[in-house]
Amino acid sequence: MPDRFTSAALAKSPKSSSQDPLAPTRAFAVAAQALSVRAGRHLAVDGLDLTLDTGVHGLLGPNGAGKTTLIKALATVQRPQAGKLSLVGIDAEGGDLRELRRHVGYLPQNFGFYPRYTAREFVEYLAWLKEMPRGAVPAAVDRALDRVGLADRADSRMGSLSGGMIRRVGIAQAIVNDPALLLLDEPTAGLDPEQRVAFRRLLREVGRDSCVVVSTHLVEDVAAACDDAVLLDRGQLVFRGNIGDLEAAADGAPRDAATSAVERGYTALLQEFRARAGA
Amino acid sequence: MSRRHVAAAETWHVPDGLLEPFAAIDRPSLPPPALWSIEAHLERCPDCRARLTRVMATGSPEILSLVETAQTGLAARMSELPAPPRPRRRLTRHLTGGLLISWLTACVAVLLAAALLDLAAGASGAGGPSWVLLVAPVVPLLGVAASWSRALDPARELVAATPAAGLPLLLWRTCVVLMVLVPAALLADVVTGEGGQAAWLLPCLALTAATLALGSVTDMARAAGAIAGAWAIGIAVPAVAMREAPAVLEPAWLPAWAGLMLLAAAVIAARRNSYRHMLDA
Repeated sequence: MPDRFTSAALAKSPKSSSQDPLAPTRAFAVAAQALSVRAGRHLAVDGLDLTLDTGVHGLLGPNGAGKTTLIKALATVQRPQAGKLSLVGIDAEGGDLRELRRHVGYLPQNFGFYPRYTAREFVEYLAWLKEMPRGAVPAAVDRALDRVGLADRADSRMGSLSGGMIRRVGIAQAIVNDPALLLLDEPTAGLDPEQRVAFRRLLREVGRDSCVVVSTHLVEDVAAACDDAVLLDRGQLVFRGNIGDLEAAADGAPRDAATSAVERGYTALLQEFRARAGA
Repeated sequence: MSRRHVAAAETWHVPDGLLEPFAAIDRPSLPPPALWSIEAHLERCPDCRARLTRVMATGSPEILSLVETAQTGLAARMSELPAPPRPRRRLTRHLTGGLLISWLTACVAVLLAAALLDLAAGASGAGGPSWVLLVAPVVPLLGVAASWSRALDPARELVAATPAAGLPLLLWRTCVVLMVLVPAALLADVVTGEGGQAAWLLPCLALTAATLALGSVTDMARAAGAIAGAWAIGIAVPAVAMREAPAVLEPAWLPAWAGLMLLAAAVIAARRNSYRHMLDA
């Protein structure tokens, strides 16, 4: 896997054209430095250092670990309290937010929709808000709906779709602009097992040339679809590494039939972190 | 394709000596790298493509006829496909799935009720200030609040993460609201015969601008509520109590309303970047 990815945003931005055109325009998809983000009054993300590249990254953690708040900050819908955040090579505070957002796809944990719109109209509306070139929109919308397996329901009204289908429309709108940074908050909630398998395949496909961040509390989703795992607790980084390392962390833990190696590793890492924090 | 590549394409063209063997049906005389270079160049250079067509017309007409057969065959099949549905027009897009429509309907109903009250008062000779005049300046604020507020746009979190989220989108949505409600208020004004000179129009625009300005520091619905509340307490209620039209709607106050509008516009312009974060209260 490449160590860094070529930032689409940098390659297209007017700023880079004034520099040496042959200079490599490389940047991390996500570069957070001592990042702190509030959720209400408490600090949900607390001094996080994290860099993410091309690939599928699973964001794991117990409820209240700060996963959703971190994703919101990466989607630029919530401003950080402190620290530095650079996304697709653009500073999220002082940089060109409009250009930055053109390269981001975002599926919130709970997203509202317009029941009277058809799936196609809804994805089209979002594609238009993402300022995609007018001529490219119809084909991109068809392709996005096809990739989530909804080509045959494209002209059904959102109000008539099931929860799992609405979730897939949400995924379609997130990928419609071929984002360099794709942020998905609990995307598998409401999907049946067959759809989850199809969804993991889509994640791998998109993760080949984009940076995909998937937050989930389902450890098996991460084991099946992600290149590496980022484990958060109380807004802090507990663990960052590939799935093998996560399994290896389970070595000392007692085995039992009810858990997988990845789940044991997850639990062991959390317990170790909490013991250290408590000490 | 970058501009750099196009510029490079203009400095070199496929020489005739290469174009002829390239056009032959089996290209045995050209090494693969030469084929690739020529193909890459042809993709960008319309002039060389035109020359290739001429060379092929004399050199290998069988390829041209094959391409033509494929083209007419495809065109026939494409014409059988159903036309893709037309995308929605720009303005109707801002009606956000019919939700704003129901709010605008409610606003029009408020204007209608005010007009009916005025007509009833006129018929009974009750007198007092015109309800249309009291209501028209603040009715659009309800629509603006609906178009931007946390509670009323269900897809707000999705919209907030898009590049369009910002002042231009807010102004578009405000425009849609005003385009529906200003004519409706004008109609109510004419029907009731009160004022008739649209004395409420400038105050209405000024209060709308003030709402947008205040909305840069707080939630848009809260801003609209605060300004509509101030209007009700400071102007509408005293006017009803004293049974006379509010003085602020008289022509002498027009410069003050114009001043408020300019001030609000200046605040909006100065704080334009704050609208990029729709979810920040």
